Amino acid sequence: MMRYDEGTYRITEPGSFGTRSLIVGIAGLAVSAIGYFLNPAQFFHSYLNAFIFWFNIAMGSLFFVMLHHLVAARWSVTLRRLAENVMMQTPLMLLFFLPLLLGLHDLFHWTHHEAVEADLILQKKAPYLNITFFVVRAAVFFGVWNAVSVLLFKASLKQDLNPEEAITKRMRVISAFGIIAYAFTFSFASFDWLMSLDAHWYSTIFGVYIFSGSLVAIISFLVIVLFFMRRQGILRNMTTTEHFHDLGKLLFAFTVFWAYIAFSQYFLIWYANIPEETIWFRNRWVGSWKGVSLLLVMGHFVLPFFILITRSAKRKAVFLTVMAFWMLFMRWVDLYWVIMPGLQEQGFNLSWFDLTAFIGIGGIFVWSLLKRIAAHPLIPVKDPQLKASVEFISE
Amino acid sequence: MADSNTKELYILAEFESAAALYHAAEKMRDAGCRHFDCHSPFPIHGMDAAMGLERSPLGWIAGLCATFGALGGVALQWYASTIAYPLVISGKPFFSFQAYLPVTFALGVLMAAGASLFGMLGLNRLPQFHHPLFNSERFKRVTDDGFFISAIAVNNAEGDKLQKFLESIGGSNIEVLKD
Repeated sequence: MMRYDEGTYRITEPGSFGTRSLIVGIAGLAVSAIGYFLNPAQFFHSYLNAFIFWFNIAMGSLFFVMLHHLVAARWSVTLRRLAENVMMQTPLMLLFFLPLLLGLHDLFHWTHHEAVEADLILQKKAPYLNITFFVVRAAVFFGVWNAVSVLLFKASLKQDLNPEEAITKRMRVISAFGIIAYAFTFSFASFDWLMSLDAHWYSTIFGVYIFSGSLVAIISFLVIVLFFMRRQGILRNMTTTEHFHDLGKLLFAFTVFWAYIAFSQYFLIWYANIPEETIWFRNRWVGSWKGVSLLLVMGHFVLPFFILITRSAKRKAVFLTVMAFWMLFMRWVDLYWVIMPGLQEQGFNLSWFDLTAFIGIGGIFVWSLLKRIAAHPLIPVKDPQLKASVEFISE
Repeated sequence: MADSNTKELYILAEFESAAALYHAAEKMRDAGCRHFDCHSPFPIHGMDAAMGLERSPLGWIAGLCATFGALGGVALQWYASTIAYPLVISGKPFFSFQAYLPVTFALGVLMAAGASLFGMLGLNRLPQFHHPLFNSERFKRVTDDGFFISAIAVNNAEGDKLQKFLESIGGSNIEVLKD
C-alpha cells in the first residue's frame, strides 16, 4: 500500500509494488536471456517488440509534456509531473536499447555484407543503411531525447521551489525547439528501428504512424497510472472526474488520429498499386496475419471509436481504465504486426519470449517509474496554473 | 395587465452582480422553476449547473446526421461506380470501398458540422428579429453591466407568483413584459 502526504504531495511510503515489479522484470529478462541462446532471431524480434512498446510510452510522454508547455495548457498541470516522471524513463530506454546492437544481424537483413552485394537496391541504400551510421544516429536520437527530457525536468523541479514566470517561459522555449528536434528524431528512429526491418520497403508517413500510436499509448498509460494512484488514495484531492474526461477525449482523438494515419499509409499504397510498396501489406494479409490485420482495424479503431465517443464512457474512471488497458494491448498488437511478419512469413506464431521480454522491460520500467514518482512531489506544487487545473471543468 | 388569453408573460428581474445572479439561478432551480433564463454581459462559469440545465441533445443530432452523411456517401459512390458508370479504374473492382472512404469521411464531417450549426440555431430558436425582453429600457444594460433573470409565465396568476419569488431572492426593478 502506497501512502502519501497531502500537504507536501510526496510519497511517504512507497509500498511493495515497485519491488515486486523489479523482481518480475528481472525474472522476465532472465528467461528472455535463455532465448538469446536458444533462438536468437525470435528473441531479438520479441525483444524489439517489447522495447518499442515501452519506448513509445516514454516518448509519447515527452511529447505530452512539450505540448503541455507549448499550448500553455491548464487542465493538465496536476498530471504534468506524472507525465514528466514517465518522460524521464528515456535514459532507461537507452539502456534497454543497447542489447539490440548485439542482434543487428538477426533483425536487419541490410547488415549482411553478402546480402547487400547481391542486391542493387540495398547497395544504393548503403550510405544510409550501414551499421556505423545506424549506431551514430541512435546515439544522436538518444542524446537529443535525454537532453530535452532532463532540461525540462530540471526546470520543472526548479519551479517547485520558486514559481517564477521566467521558468514557465524557459520550459516553453525548450519545448519549442525540442518538439522540432523530436519530430525529426522520432521519425528517423522509426525508419531505422522498424521500417528498415524490411529494407526494400519505404513509406514516408511511417514515422507519423508510429508516433500516432505512441500518443495512444501514453494517454492510456496515464489513465491507468492515475486510476491506480487514486485507488490508493493518492492525488484524490488534486484530480477529479474532469481529468479522466479530458484524458478520455484525448484517447478518443488519438485513436482516431492513429486510424487516420494508418489509413493514409494504406490508401496511397493501395491506390498506386506498385509492387515494391504493396508487398508490405501483402505480407500482412497472408495466412493468420490477415486475422491480425482485421483485429487491428476493429480493435484499434472501430470498437474504441464507438465506445469512447460517448460522454459517460470517458467519465467513468473504471470503464476508461479498462479501455486504456485494451488500447495498450492493441498498441502491442500493432507493433507485433509491424515487426513479426518479417520473421514469421506464413502466419503469426506467438512465442514465450514475446511475453517474457514484455514483462522483463515493463517490470523494470514500472519499478524505475515508481522510484522517480516517490523521489519528488507528485504535482508541480508551485505552478501558477495549479489551482486552475484542479478546479478545471471539462465542458 | 394582460388578459388570460394573450401570449406568455416575461418577468424580468435585475440583480446586483454576477455572484448574485448565480445564486438567484440556483434558487430558481431549487424552487423547481424551469422556464427561465439568465442574462449577463459575459459568460459565468458554472452557470449551466446553477440553472439546472440539462445536457443539450445537439450531440445526438450531430451524430445521427454524421451517420446519415457517411451512409449517404457510400451509397452515392456505390451507385455512381457500379450502376451509373461502371468503369474499370487502374484495374480495381467496381466496388472499391477503400477509394470511397475519403468522400464518406468528408460527407460525415460535413453533415455533422452542418447539423451542429443549424441544430444549435434551431434549439436556440435563432435567428429572431424581436424578443419581448427588448421592450425593456433597463434590459439594454445587459450588454454592459446588467445582470438579469427572465422567467416565463403562462398567465397572470403565475406571473404574480414569479414576481414575488424573484423579489424574495434579491431581484429588483421587476418588470412584466409581453409582445
